[in-house]
Order: sequence, then structure tokens, then C-alpha cells
Amino acid sequence: MRLEPRPAPGMATLVLLPLGAILVTVLAASLLVLAAGASPLSVFGLVLKGAAGTQFALLETLTRATPLIFTGLAIAVAFRAKLWNIGAEAQLYAGAVATVVLGTGALPLPAPILVPLLMIAAVSAGALLLLGPAILKTRFGVDEVVTTLLLNFIMLLFVSMLLEGVLKDPMGLGWPQSQKLIAEARLPRIITGKRLHYGFVVAVFSAIVVWIIMKKTALGYEMRAVGHNPTAARFAGIPVNGVLLKTAILSGGLAALAGFSEVAGLKGNLTLDLSPGFGYSGIVVAMLAMLNPLGVVAAAIFVAGIFVGADAMSRTAGVPSYIANVMVATALLTMVTAIMLTRFKVRWR
Amino acid sequence: MTSSVLRLSSITKRFGPLTANDAISFELAPGEVVALLGENGAGKTTLMNILFGHYVADEGTVEVFGEALPPGDPRAALEAGVGMVHQHFTLADNMTVLENIALGTESPWRLSLDRRRAAARIRALATDFGLEVDPAATISALTVGERQRVEILKALYRDARILILDEPTAVLTPIETEALFSTLRKLVAKGLSIIFISHKLNEVLAISDRVVVLRAGKLSGERRTAGATRQELAALMVGQEVAPPAVPEVARGPVLLKLYGVSTTGRGTRQRLDDVSLALIGGEITGLAGVSGNGQAALADLIAGLEKPASGRIEIASAAIADWSPRAALAAGIARIPEDRHAVGTIGDMSVTENVMAEQYRAPRFSKRGFLDWKAARAFAEEIIRDYDVKCPSPEARIRLLSGGNMQKLILGRALDPDPAVILANQPTRGLDVGAIAYVHGRLLAARARGAAILLISEDLEEIMALSDRILVMSNGRLSTPSARGERSVRDLAELMAGHGLEAA
Amino acid sequence: MMEAFEILFTASFWVAAIRIASPLIFATMGELICERAGVLNLGIEGIMAAGAFAGWFTVYSGGDLWTGVAVAAATGAAFGLLHATLTVPLGLSQHVVGIGVTLLATSITYFTYRLALPTVTSPPKIEPFQPLPIPVLSDIPILGEALFSQTPLTYLAFVTVAVVGWGLYRTPLGLAVRAAGENPAAVEAQGLSVTAIRIGAVMAGSALMAIGGAFLTMSAFNSFFFEMINGRGWICIALVVFGSWRPGKALLGAILFAAFDAYQIRLQQVTGGVVPYQLFLMLPYVLSILALVLVARRATYPKALMVPYQKGER
Repeated sequence: MRLEPRPAPGMATLVLLPLGAILVTVLAASLLVLAAGASPLSVFGLVLKGAAGTQFALLETLTRATPLIFTGLAIAVAFRAKLWNIGAEAQLYAGAVATVVLGTGALPLPAPILVPLLMIAAVSAGALLLLGPAILKTRFGVDEVVTTLLLNFIMLLFVSMLLEGVLKDPMGLGWPQSQKLIAEARLPRIITGKRLHYGFVVAVFSAIVVWIIMKKTALGYEMRAVGHNPTAARFAGIPVNGVLLKTAILSGGLAALAGFSEVAGLKGNLTLDLSPGFGYSGIVVAMLAMLNPLGVVAAAIFVAGIFVGADAMSRTAGVPSYIANVMVATALLTMVTAIMLTRFKVRWR
Repeated sequence: MTSSVLRLSSITKRFGPLTANDAISFELAPGEVVALLGENGAGKTTLMNILFGHYVADEGTVEVFGEALPPGDPRAALEAGVGMVHQHFTLADNMTVLENIALGTESPWRLSLDRRRAAARIRALATDFGLEVDPAATISALTVGERQRVEILKALYRDARILILDEPTAVLTPIETEALFSTLRKLVAKGLSIIFISHKLNEVLAISDRVVVLRAGKLSGERRTAGATRQELAALMVGQEVAPPAVPEVARGPVLLKLYGVSTTGRGTRQRLDDVSLALIGGEITGLAGVSGNGQAALADLIAGLEKPASGRIEIASAAIADWSPRAALAAGIARIPEDRHAVGTIGDMSVTENVMAEQYRAPRFSKRGFLDWKAARAFAEEIIRDYDVKCPSPEARIRLLSGGNMQKLILGRALDPDPAVILANQPTRGLDVGAIAYVHGRLLAARARGAAILLISEDLEEIMALSDRILVMSNGRLSTPSARGERSVRDLAELMAGHGLEAA
Repeated sequence: MMEAFEILFTASFWVAAIRIASPLIFATMGELICERAGVLNLGIEGIMAAGAFAGWFTVYSGGDLWTGVAVAAATGAAFGLLHATLTVPLGLSQHVVGIGVTLLATSITYFTYRLALPTVTSPPKIEPFQPLPIPVLSDIPILGEALFSQTPLTYLAFVTVAVVGWGLYRTPLGLAVRAAGENPAAVEAQGLSVTAIRIGAVMAGSALMAIGGAFLTMSAFNSFFFEMINGRGWICIALVVFGSWRPGKALLGAILFAAFDAYQIRLQQVTGGVVPYQLFLMLPYVLSILALVLVARRATYPKALMVPYQKGER
């Protein structure tokens, strides 16, 4: 078999292939549901209901989507320039640490000043964390995949150390958790009494800003050029290494905002289970969105819906909620295959 | 001739809208050397790739020794006795000669490779056919000529009866070419049949018994070499008599770019530059001849800003250059036409617009405070498409989908648009058809007429001699003294290319 | 201070080091085979988790230990086949597919674990591989004890290194695998199928990774728990680079690395809580990054690593 480029994929191809990807994902998940002795139809019904069936479910899905939008954007930006940032998890925690360090009373400022300040601090922390691997890549040729992956583990241990040491909440009954943020540092709720907070608004706004950067600015153009063909980009006078470092700052900063938003909007403090793998799910979100910043918002809501829905479903149907992780991972693999097939035709012989 | 060893019957191969081979048939007799003559892009390599099983033909059959060859299976071709020496060698550089030759010749499930037996056999073949090479040497340590010997040995080691050589002389010095021909004669004496692919007429006349000419994917003629003339073959090859470009006299300008004793470190296994001095003068085309791999790429990289001099200095319009980069080269008014259109010259998955603006996107014309003006960029792309006669569906089309000639016109347009003072043209016509070649030559001559200094790097000596006001020869990273138009004969230049008589300047 | 130094001369330290090295040796050899054929396999972390569970679960369900190893290997090979199908003939990004395979293998493993054991609070145990001291050799002080009083699975790890080394450098098959990673066009021109070689290499390599995972549940410990791979797969990828894609050097790297790991555990006890334990736990990861930085400049990658190949392409 061989692959032949398609000059211009038709509308049908562009719609049918991703649909096929979702179908394969659902079929694969159905097999697991059957193995668990449940009926796929009723299970998926429960997932759907748990994700979007009620106002509570929908708000919960959007709340869960918020950090995924940030990490999804972080990955989309990085992958566009072929900077393989697999360390969004670590950058998320870096942002959370910065938020907690400055937001628990160290800076007694009014909210309109403190909140932006915390965001800047979080972004800087995340950007710095990714700048390390990016410099190792540009200066020494060290593959950033492994370094960013390993930094996830280092960062988690570092957070654990802080939570059992300098950041430990003296009133925390011995639990490894930080103090609560002061009221001025918190992001308000969008609807009083519900968990959805203004972090979601910041996330959607960030998606629009990133979209503008990618489409309209010289930097976005440079990032795409470097990602598609660094040799040709360098020949044309684009400073490839500089662009990669700028990409790292943008990507790391966006991932860190996920940490900021989770702490300031939802949890109020930092714990070791702040992120159930938002950094890794961000990769799936970005790929499902085909690296399009606006698509990231939709993909994040979709992925969040699967997780929230599966949680609700597993409580009633007895199918382990890990089915959500399986579905998300399968969707990643089927989607990249589908995207490839929109650009290439498989010819047998 | 009834007993043919190879018979191609009406082979047709299409790539999308392009028909690379159109119902081509020919035969090969035992002990015969057939030259497959044609321009770049005439379909010679495609045809041989079908024969060898890399590609599958849409129509037609291949018969070897009377047996039909299953399509798309290199293994079947090898087993039937077909050996191929690819234009771009298919050797693993970090492995030894022996490993490259023995690869795939033994059952993969054997517990050990009999290196001693393999080495003995390689040595025996090498002595028989004048292909001296050490079986234990690593490929990366070999010269290009030695690598080609390994490629031929690979085929002989498998008892090939039919040998296909794809442009084998492109990378050889004239002396190495002579050695290759003597090897080929020995092989023919042993009863092998040879297909010799080339676009160089004198070589074809020197080595073949019969010439098969391809033009634009079609068989345009077949002649016995004995009675054929150069003119006749050239006409079959290009379709019409191609007049060499007229090079009018123009006034010389000042020296626009000067290199003083520049040496480079040479990345990887690249040939480095060794104390190179050079002056490019306005209104002149300086031709750089040489056998591929002798430092032309390093010189091109240097002038393009991709590589910095390790010692020596660059002067542009009499001002010394401090920080050297592609951007600095562009700012200094150097236009660059790279050797490799696909990997270096364009970003295949980006649009025509995005590609033509690549060298100027930071200019106020295309961006303000970091924001791009897509309207201006698109207008610029349309202007280039119009002025340079580019055939493309729209400025939004991915540049990957364009033909080589149209891609080259876009690169030319991008480079020449700012009326550059210096033009670096590295293999600007490689792989293009006659029309496109004439177009590129015309543009370069027009730039010369308005006073630009042009460095033309080419492996095609005829192109160099036709266009250049001065000719330099590069060998082993060193430059010869310049010669004026017509001052040195082909033979003199070939001597220099082989590294003889290079003054230690 | 003396105490910290004396650790190096105790047999128990070296026994532990070799034990810690064993799963890394398997997985590093697995990754090395994949990369030598030109495929970066980032599925390693998930494949190790799947192998750890598959091996353990087989024994837990009544299978014998070696059956468990075989099942783990088969599971790994299956995920390898998935990885290779997407990255070799379809030429998808090896980075994205690798991460996808890791996420998929991990989540299927956790799903199956929860499905099989819905309500357990503490992970159930099995009877793991026992140390099998080799007579005479294991009596040699320190070195003998460290090397020859291990479990059969550790011995298998060392045998694997020898087999991989011999296979890659001495057999026609190994020659083809290396050539596929250096210049696939050379392989095709000699009538071999690059696709078949690469798929086979990734499957074999993935099987080894899974055995590495199974070592954790069947030899080092005796039960399966979540997050137990804990980045070991990523460390193995660093070890392959550190070992310059050579089995012998990679083995040395793994042992050196494991020795550091064993040492930091003991050092933690010696320092007695003055230094936060997390700093010690970070060491392996920091060390891996340092190792990468040290060798990056002179690393000679397989030339076709991460370059997809299409037939007829040159």
C-alpha cells in the first residue's frame, strides 16, 4: 500500500472521516462496556445524561473543560511549531504554586490588581519551566519530549515537598495541602451557588487571543513555518531558535493558567491531586481540535463531557469510570488517523 | 534480435494528472549497453523504478529472460537478475561495505552472518571488475566514487545479469567516469546487459551500443550509437533545436561581494571550504563548476547566511560583515535560489502566499506592529504569479501541489522582487524542462543586465559555459583561478574539476 | 559521612541495584530495538503498565509465573502492533501515536483492573518469582551475591541483553533492522520490506517493555497498583540515548542508574529526614535529564529515527 496526497479534500471527506473516528471510538468503548456486562446503549445514554442532561451536569462539564482549554491551547501552540511539550502537567502545577505563594496573603492587594498579578506570576512560572527544556533543545539538541515528561515527575515531587514543608497549611490537620487563597485572590463564580467560575471566561478569551496570534501576527506565521519545515524557515531568514523559545513561553504560560484557574476559581488551595492528568488530556484536546485554538474550546468541552458523564455513569451502571480515559485515548488515535486520511489517499498497490 | 534478456511492453505510469511514462516499450539484448537518454523529468528514472519494482505501472508488463516480472516487488526483480545502481545511493552510511552488500542476501533467520565468506566474495568480485574497495570500511569514510563501486558490487554480489545505472556519472570526476566505463566494458565482456541512464550526450555516445530517447514521458526515438550524431540525438531529446541563450555585452559594475580567505568548519561529513577568495562583480555572471560534493554546497551555505566563516571575512559593497545569518544576507541585498526547492526553498504545507512572503514578512509592506497584512501579502503573491508566469490554482493553494518549474518560478520571484545586488543561484535549473530552463536563464540574464552580480553554481558544464562571464572551478573545497569566457576548454575545466593543477591560491 | 560511603561496599546495596535495574534493562532493550529500526516508541510507559498488570493478573487467576511472563509479552506485542500499524505504513507522528498508546494502554489496564477487582481496598498479592542463587558463583563476596542470587527474571534480563546484542550485530535479521533505522531505501533496494521489519521490531521491542513491567509485579513486588510504572518508561528512553543505541552501553547505563537509585534510598535513611525525601526521589529524573544533556552533543542517532518511509521514496 502507499499514500498519495489529496490535492483538496472534498467536504464529504472532511466531515465523514472525523465522524468515522468517533464511531470507531464508540465501538471500541462498547466492547469494553459489553465486557463489563452492561448494555452499551444504556451506558452511553447515562454518559450523555451525566455530561449534559441537566443544568448541573452541563455546568459541571464546563467547569471541567476550563483547565482542559488552557492545557489544550498550550499543546496546540507548541505542537504547531513542532515543539513537543508533553509537560503541560508540570507547567500547570508551576502556575498553581505561583498562585498559592502570592495569593495566600503575601500580597494584600485589592482583587482588580491582585488577580491579574497572580495570572502574570503563574504565566511566568509556567513559561520559565518550559523554557528550560526549550533551551536544552535549541542549545544542546536534547530531545524535549523526554525532558518535559521527566519534569512532570520532578514537579509533582517538588509540589509534594512544598506541601509538606513551606507551603503546608498549619490548620490542615496534617494533610499535605496549602492554605486557602485570600478572598481578593479568588475568581468569582459566574452563577452564584454553582461551581462554574470566571476561569472559563478567561479560557475562552485566551482561545480567541491565541487564534488571533496564530492567524494574524508575524509570530503565528513564524511558528507555523518553523513547525512545517524548520530548514526552509531558517533559509528564509526566520530565527528558528528564537521562535521556538517564544513558543515555549506562550505554551508554558497557557498551561500554567490552568493551574491558576483551578486554584483561584475552583479549589481555593493547592493539593497534590489538583490535576487528574489535565496536562496529558490537553494533548488529546489539541489533536481533536486539529490544533485550531477555537476548536480547542469545543474539543475541551467534548472531552470534559466524557469524563464528567462517565463519572456519573459509573456511579449508577457499575462500569469503571476509566472507560472515559479509554475513550479519550482511542479518540486521539482515531482522530490523528482521520486527519491523515483527509490529506492522503491510501492506495493498495 | 530474438533473444532479448529484458522486454518492456507499453509501460504507462501516471502520477495524478501527470503521465510520467506513456506506453513505452523497448528490449535489451544479451551483452548490450543501451543508453536511456532524456532530459531531467523525461521519465527515465520512473521507468527504471517500475522495472525494479519500486513503483507499479498502471499499464504494461516487464519480462526478464522471458518470464513476466510480478509488479511492485524489488525482491522479484533482484531474484530475476536485475540490479540497480540508484542515482541517490541507497547505502546505510554508518554501516560497513560488507554489511551493505550482504544486507538481504541471507535468510534473516540464520543465527549468524558469515562475514568471512562474504568478504572473500566481495574481494574476488572487486579484483575481477576493477572495483577496489575495503569490505570492512564504513560507508561514511568512502569517497563518492568508492560508494558507487559498492552499489555496483551490491548488484554483482547477487549475480545480476542486467545492470541499471541511473545517472552514474553525475557525481564522478572525469577520471572516475573513465574507470567506471572500463568496469562496464568488463561486465559486458562477461555477458551482462546494461541500461545506462543519462542526459549527457558525449557519455552516451562513448559507452552505448544503442540509444533509446525519452521525451516528456514518451519514447521519441531509437538509434544505433554507431551511426548516430550528437545533433540528431539532441533533437530527439528536446524536441526542437535549442539555441543557447544570447548573452549580450553589458557594462561591468563595481565588486559587490568579496570573500577574503574564507574557511569553514564543515558540518558533519560536508566538504569544508579551504581558504576561498572570491569577488562577485556587478553585471557579471560568475559560473562555479565542479563535481558534486566538492564544497559548492558549503560555499552556497556561506553566501546564503546559513553558515558562518570560521576564518577569513565577507565584504559586501566594501563593508565588512560582522554578524552573519540568513536575515543578514537578505538585508545585505543577497538573493538566494537554493539547490533543493522542496526541502529548503519552500514550505510544502504552506500556501503560495505564505511562501513568497517568507523573506519579507517583517517589512512594513507586510506587517505593522507584529500584525500581518494578509491583503498585501496576497496581492504580492498575485503579482509574482502574474509577472513570473506561474501556473497555480490560487495564492491559497499549498505550494507542495505545484510542479517543479512553477515552484522554481515562485522562488525566483520571491528572490528577485527586491532587485537584489547579488544573486546566488545554486543549481537553478536542475530537474526543469526546456521551457522552464530558458525562463530561468532569461531572468538571470535580465538581472545581469541591470547590474546585479550573479554566482551561478551548476553541475552542468554546458550551462556554466553558456552563461558565465567568468568561470571558477571548485575541487576539494578550494577554488581555481578564474578564467574568462572561452578561455579554458572543456578538457581544461575537467582537469581542474578532477583536482589537477589547482594553484594553492 | 563515612556511613554514606560504606553503603557502596555492602552486598545488599548491589543486590538491590541489580534488582532495580532489571525492569529497566528489559524496557531499555525493547526501546532500543524499536529505535534501531527507526521508530521512537513513546508507548513504553503504558505498555509497561499493561505488561505489569497482564503478568500479575495471569498469575493471580491461577496461571503459572512463566505463563504470566508470556501473557505480558503478548500484551506488549499487541500494543506494539497498534503503534506500528499507525506509525509505519500510515506514517503518523511517532510522538502523538506514542503518547496515545501510552494513554490507551494505561487506561485499558486500569479499566480492566477495576472491572476484575471492583471492591478491593488493598491490592491482592501473588507468590512472585523467588531468588534462585546460582551455586558457587553466588558465594563470591559482593559481586557474586549481587549478580547471582537474583530471581530468574533478572537472569533473563541479562540474557536478553546478550541476545539483543548478538542479534543486532551478528545476524542477517539484526543487520536488516539496523539498516531500516539508518537508511530504509537501502533495505528496500535489497529486496526487503521496510514495513515488515519495522512492524516486527516494534512488536518485539514492545513485548520486552511489557516483560519489564511484569518484572515489577512478579519479581520486585507481588501486587499491582496504579501509577506503579512512575516514569520508568521515560527513563528508559533516556537510557537508550545515554547508551548511544548500543545494548552493552545501555546495560551499563541502566545499572549505573539503578545504583544511584538504590543509593539514594539508603542515603535517605542515613540522613534521617534532615533533607526532604522528595529531593531524593527526584534524583532519578534529574539524573536522566543530566545524562541526556551530557551525551546530546555527541549522540549519533540512527539516521532514519522518526522518519516515516514510503515504498519507492528516495
